[in-house]
Amino acid sequence: MDPATFLAALVAMAAPLVLAALGETLTEKAGVVNLSLDGTILLGAMTGFVVASVTQSLLLGFLAAGLTGCLVAALVAVIGVWLGQSQVAVGFALTFLCRDLAYFLGNPYARQQGPQLATLPVPLLADLPFFGTVFFTHSFIVYLSFLATPCCIYFLYHTRHGLTLRAAGENPEGCWARGIDPNTVRFLATLAGGAMAGLAGAAFSLAVKPGWGHPQGCEGIGWIALALVIFGSWHPLRVAAGAYFFGLLQLLGIAFQDSFPGIPGQIFQVAPFPLMIFTLILIHLSRNTKNRYFAGFVRLFGSPPPRGLGRPYRRP
Amino acid sequence: MKHPLFSRFARISVIAGLALGGVGLLLFTLGISPVDIGVTLARGSILSLQKFGHVLTIWIPLLLCSCGLLFTFRAGLWNIGIEGQVVFGAIAATLLLREENLGLPAAATLILAHILSFIGGGLWAAFAGFLKNRGGVNEIFGGLGLNFVAQGLILWLILGPWKRAGVASMSGTEMFARELWLSTPPGWRLAPAALVIACIAFAATAVLLGATRFGLQIRATGINPTAARLFGIHPGRTGLLAMAIGGGLAGLAGGLQVSCVYHRLLPSISSGYGYLALLVVMLAHYRLRPVPAICLFFACLAAGSIQLPIVLKLDSSLAGVIQGACVVSALLVHGLQKRQRGEL
Repeated sequence: MDPATFLAALVAMAAPLVLAALGETLTEKAGVVNLSLDGTILLGAMTGFVVASVTQSLLLGFLAAGLTGCLVAALVAVIGVWLGQSQVAVGFALTFLCRDLAYFLGNPYARQQGPQLATLPVPLLADLPFFGTVFFTHSFIVYLSFLATPCCIYFLYHTRHGLTLRAAGENPEGCWARGIDPNTVRFLATLAGGAMAGLAGAAFSLAVKPGWGHPQGCEGIGWIALALVIFGSWHPLRVAAGAYFFGLLQLLGIAFQDSFPGIPGQIFQVAPFPLMIFTLILIHLSRNTKNRYFAGFVRLFGSPPPRGLGRPYRRP
Repeated sequence: MKHPLFSRFARISVIAGLALGGVGLLLFTLGISPVDIGVTLARGSILSLQKFGHVLTIWIPLLLCSCGLLFTFRAGLWNIGIEGQVVFGAIAATLLLREENLGLPAAATLILAHILSFIGGGLWAAFAGFLKNRGGVNEIFGGLGLNFVAQGLILWLILGPWKRAGVASMSGTEMFARELWLSTPPGWRLAPAALVIACIAFAATAVLLGATRFGLQIRATGINPTAARLFGIHPGRTGLLAMAIGGGLAGLAGGLQVSCVYHRLLPSISSGYGYLALLVVMLAHYRLRPVPAICLFFACLAAGSIQLPIVLKLDSSLAGVIQGACVVSALLVHGLQKRQRGEL
């Protein structure tokens, strides 16, 4: 396969993962763990596909998927943020509720032909040698995934609202003292992250792996997105890089299937998880070490989690 | 003044009403009769002795995993890695059961295999605990990661070194020798020994957690690790021990799946029972006593839902929808009560 086509396939395949992982980054930066990602993506995929098939409108499909993601995230936020229950517990329960709901509701539409997102080559830019093929001959959801990373970085680190969001995650008490209710910020950040996860689901069922079925083929992606947020240690750029790295592993897995028949392709699916654990250990060790070079090296590609992550905030 | 029994009963009915009412409303709007669903689920689970045997084969691993989770939750640990511990227990049992010329009597091999499955699951859980204590890896993310690693390992074993003679397939390894199946009386779906093991495990859990010094230490670690240290309890070590026991029980569940249900190693050997047990314990609000009944309810749903595609042409995932809805509404009700009490 020539390198341009390979890279084009890579960025197209990683697009939903980038969206989901960045959405979760936003949520976790505000101090909320939305563990329901895997279920949200599946439910989004189902809703997107069904709505797009019934209305014959892809736009409505994506909107419905985003809204579904918002709705699930709202449940996480209401129970996990405002009612002070364990965020992990509610996220975990919703993962399974959403997954099974998606299979149950989507059953009549399984294995049916449905609409599919067309590619929109960017005029002029698509004709560029190499870069044109890699970056500018995709569907709009892939362009969205390109834009999402810089937008996330700009929002988080260069706007006032981004600062507020990070404050709610790092120091909710300080946030409250400055006159901002951290729980409202957390609620909104969770909704935004959920919407992105819902869109990621629709990106699967309407573009990357078109169609709906039991299984759909995007199972497990939510867990990988969760791992990537940690692997990228809560920085959008590193998280997105991790998503592309995972896409690369998957493509290599398919490519190597013939040359190394002894290694099943599923092994490559597992790769992000040991890497995630390894990253966490490195970050932990770098915090306790006296070796400045080691600590500095780790700081290059890792940072500690938001300090208020997963901890409910109680108003004084 | 409300009687505590009344308030507990009221809470249970509100949770059940919310969950079943929600699912019923959903079915109603889809034009499906909730009554038909209820009848089908009951016919497929409790209304025939043979089907009830199937319910019990689900109840056993679910109860074992839930008991394991009670240990870890008491210690304040979220052992999401239980799924991987089930898988690892199954692998450990298979390690012994697939050996043909061990030179041991069948009964001894079986007993050893189950001990090995306990140790296997326990070690896998202890590894997550070790990562938490020494590596600063939160047990949720560490456990989740190890789940997928265990899944990768079992796939590699089944498609690689332990593949069936000739072809490697997802349908699992070669069947074990007949005498290494846990004995099942004719006409039964399950081995009585497994039922006994599950009941003993539950009783042991109740005693260990409720009536021993060790149980108190675990609870102290979970409620306040800093204060526990003042009483000479080592929170890290106690947590690790709770993880190992919990993982061991999960591993035992995996071992029983291998020795008395499938008689071989499958990629989906855990059937998701580890995750389902997490839902059970959450619905029980981390208490011991409701666990067997909730396990039975969930097992009935899981067994009964197999009839849905056959009888009503519906997807069997409805069982998961009901289970999930129960847990989410329980969390909602507990949260609302907390708010009512002014704890927020």
